[in-house]
Amino acid sequence: MEGFIALYIFMLAAFTGYEVISKVPVILHTPLMSGSNFVHGIVVVGAMVALGHAETPLEQTIGFIAVLLAAGNAAGGYVVTERMLEMFKSSKGDK
Amino acid sequence: MDFIIKASYFAAAVLFILGLKKMSSPKTARNGIIWAGVGMVLATLVTFVHPTLLHAPEDVIFTNYALIIIAIAIAGGLAWYTGKKVAMTDMPQMIALYNGMGGGAAAAIAAVELVKFTEMTQTVQILAVLGALIGTVAFSGSLIAYAKLQGILRKTVRFGGIQLVNGILFGATVITGAIIAFSGVEYSPVVLGAFFVLALVFGVMMTLPIGGADMPVVISLYNALTGLAVGFEGFVLGNPAMMIAGIVVGSAGTLLTQLMAKAMNRPITNVLFTQFGTSGGGEGEEVTGSMKEIEASDAAVMMAYAEKVIIVPGYGMAVAQAQHKIWELTQALRNKGVDVKFAIHPVAGRMPGHMNVLLAEAGVPYDIIYDLDEINDEFATADVALVIGANDVVNPVARTNPDSPIYGMPILNADKAKNCIVIKRGKGAGFSGIENHLFFADNTRMLYGDGQKVAADLVAHTKEL
Repeated sequence: MEGFIALYIFMLAAFTGYEVISKVPVILHTPLMSGSNFVHGIVVVGAMVALGHAETPLEQTIGFIAVLLAAGNAAGGYVVTERMLEMFKSSKGDK
Repeated sequence: MDFIIKASYFAAAVLFILGLKKMSSPKTARNGIIWAGVGMVLATLVTFVHPTLLHAPEDVIFTNYALIIIAIAIAGGLAWYTGKKVAMTDMPQMIALYNGMGGGAAAAIAAVELVKFTEMTQTVQILAVLGALIGTVAFSGSLIAYAKLQGILRKTVRFGGIQLVNGILFGATVITGAIIAFSGVEYSPVVLGAFFVLALVFGVMMTLPIGGADMPVVISLYNALTGLAVGFEGFVLGNPAMMIAGIVVGSAGTLLTQLMAKAMNRPITNVLFTQFGTSGGGEGEEVTGSMKEIEASDAAVMMAYAEKVIIVPGYGMAVAQAQHKIWELTQALRNKGVDVKFAIHPVAGRMPGHMNVLLAEAGVPYDIIYDLDEINDEFATADVALVIGANDVVNPVARTNPDSPIYGMPILNADKAKNCIVIKRGKGAGFSGIENHLFFADNTRMLYGDGQKVAADLVAHTKEL
């Protein structure tokens, strides 16, 4: 990818992240940290590509570890976030 | 096909940002995570037909596909299962664990590219190494944070000159990294191995001296670092979804880390490099007065006939799983016309908002839960401040004694209430080992016992009145 385009993506993504999070109330900080933890689980896509073009057993082993870790990040991150936010919903209904 | 993949990645990036955006309000938060989840599933599915995977050499293509599916099934299944089972109190260490896995994955991606000796442009190679470094440190550091919070690792390892050792370690890691980054495809596999080992050790050594009380800040920092590492590796693989998601998380995490460090009134460098609470706060002024005990029945009377009660929960409440009983107590008091409010310190518990999650689990509505800034002036008008399982966040020493390690940290003014009841398991000092002067104050009464049992007693006595 062309260098400067990438730099623009980095810059815009950084501001987006900052702006989106800055409006989150304190009560949602833990689910939010967990939620952003889930979002970087997208690394699973890269891990799949890395393992997908691995050729030697060493590359395959490292690639396998990459997918293993990444899948854990994505699945675990989703479940705990969803569980926490589920509770927030029900407590809202109590009122 | 290529178009479908690119469009899906684009859609995933949009869904992630919208999902995070939706999490900014309790009403839409749950939809937010679902949207992000849809994005993730979409991106993962289309990657199965990614040209790099489809055009892998004939002899490995079958094995690679099999390995991918096995890895996703094993780790995804295990993480799903543990995530469903983990208690709400243990949430922080689970997040640390999953986060560390993400960092490790980013580092492993870089490792695959580097052991292949792929030809990369100079910028890409620098980013690959940088992502590997950050990801590896986040990986081993998060694992240590996990071990500490889980109680596997109880001792905080500190020794004289640890800063120097860490400085040397970091220097060595950066130098080996730089050798790899600037030597094209000419670097030796030994240097590559040394680089990863050094980065792993550095992550461990950097996290070991940090006390448990600072873990929220550290987990948040590693969350941001993993985001960055993922973003960098996204650049290496030319994958915009990874770049955007990674960098968004990187900057969001940085903001969260700053907010938390600010709440503790300590710059982030101070959290990372100062040996917090080593002396146990033993020096400093002598404690005057004595701790005065109170019975649950008397405490119940005190609160039932009060006009305003402010409850200050801390990690101890989480450990005792007392949040449900506390909510029962709140309801009982409210039935008697008492105005009950909750005061949450930004760093109460082991993560920001940890107490809010637990209270939400018990069913406490938001509108009676207040932040430090919102409620601190109200303590003066409160009849009773009920402190359950909180310690350092209500220690007046933070206001008065410049020698104290927690001096300057904003605290909840529980000591300004007319009466203060402290529910506490035993007589020891808090998590940071600092003696709490609030416990010795004239208007403070100590109610010893397991949080859940004491709260149950309070509920029973209140209902009898």
